[in-house]
Amino acid sequence: MKLVALASALLCGTILLFGTAEFPDFGDPDSPAASHVSPRYIEEAMAETSAPNIVTAVLADYRGFDTLFETAVVFSAAMACFFLLRIFGEDERRPSEKLYRHLPTGITLRIDPGGKVPDSPEFERIDGIWIPHDVIVKTTTRLIIPFIQLFGLYVIAHGHHSPGGGFQGGVILGASVILYAISQNLRQALGRMGEAVSAVFCAAGVFIYAGAGALCLLMGANFLDYSGLAPLFGVDAIQARSLGILVVEIGVGLAVMSAMVWIYYNLASMGRHQEGL
Amino acid sequence: MSGQLDMIILLFVIISGIGAITVRDLLGAAILFGAYSFLMCLLWAIMGAVDVAFTEASVGAGVSTVLFVAAVFRTTRRTKD
Repeated sequence: MKLVALASALLCGTILLFGTAEFPDFGDPDSPAASHVSPRYIEEAMAETSAPNIVTAVLADYRGFDTLFETAVVFSAAMACFFLLRIFGEDERRPSEKLYRHLPTGITLRIDPGGKVPDSPEFERIDGIWIPHDVIVKTTTRLIIPFIQLFGLYVIAHGHHSPGGGFQGGVILGASVILYAISQNLRQALGRMGEAVSAVFCAAGVFIYAGAGALCLLMGANFLDYSGLAPLFGVDAIQARSLGILVVEIGVGLAVMSAMVWIYYNLASMGRHQEGL
Repeated sequence: MSGQLDMIILLFVIISGIGAITVRDLLGAAILFGAYSFLMCLLWAIMGAVDVAFTEASVGAGVSTVLFVAAVFRTTRRTKD
């Protein structure tokens, strides 16, 4: 069986290698990809959308449909993780005692159900005995997370002027929340950005994107033709396309950020949301 | 110069790609896959596709490695095959 698989893989590989010989050279100006739509995008994108980053103009304006459904794919991936992994209720196999660590001495207290919970800032609730008490990691991440989030917002907002956009910025924002969940613990992260918030943000991101397109329809333009939004923004049609790109990038960023965080919550805690990494 | 750099990075891409599917330790495979994503990001940056490189760096090398590590942590570190 393995020999058959190896033979078929080698055969397909050889055919593909022969196929690449027919490809145009790297950067060939006469290649089909570079001679039909690309020149138009390169020459007209700035004049038509006033977005200096052509990639973003193509992604969010000319090919807006693709990006809309990419966002929907990210949303469905998060939904699939939720439906496959999420388990509601307490885990019977795990003991329901609570663990508290006395910070100055590092002693861990186990409190049985019904016991008195220590009420002092010197005690910190922890998920498991194996979790180390690391002041350096916690303080460093607490210091850099605001800057990561600021950079993520810049990447989303500046996506049509420099490399970046909704996907990248959303992933950076989501990574900052995941970093918080890893360095502190899952419970604190859930307190900052709960499951319901993630779910609503994820759907809201897709809704903002599709809603911007539907708003264009209502204003009398084609679906996702942002020049129709010009009266709402109070600018001319070309500037409106740039602003429309920003609106859908915000939607993409929101959806991607909360999808990443939501997938992480379900994956890291096996769907229980009791104990993270 | 740029062509030689391309070749060196491509070599490392192939090494880390083969390593990621042959290593029996799944945590190591996840880290190698992260290295593969990072090298692909460098390759795209050299080719001038900065937006794609940015996406690869944030999604491929960043978040997906974390998700793989989380999945390995919650399942098993050894492959069955």
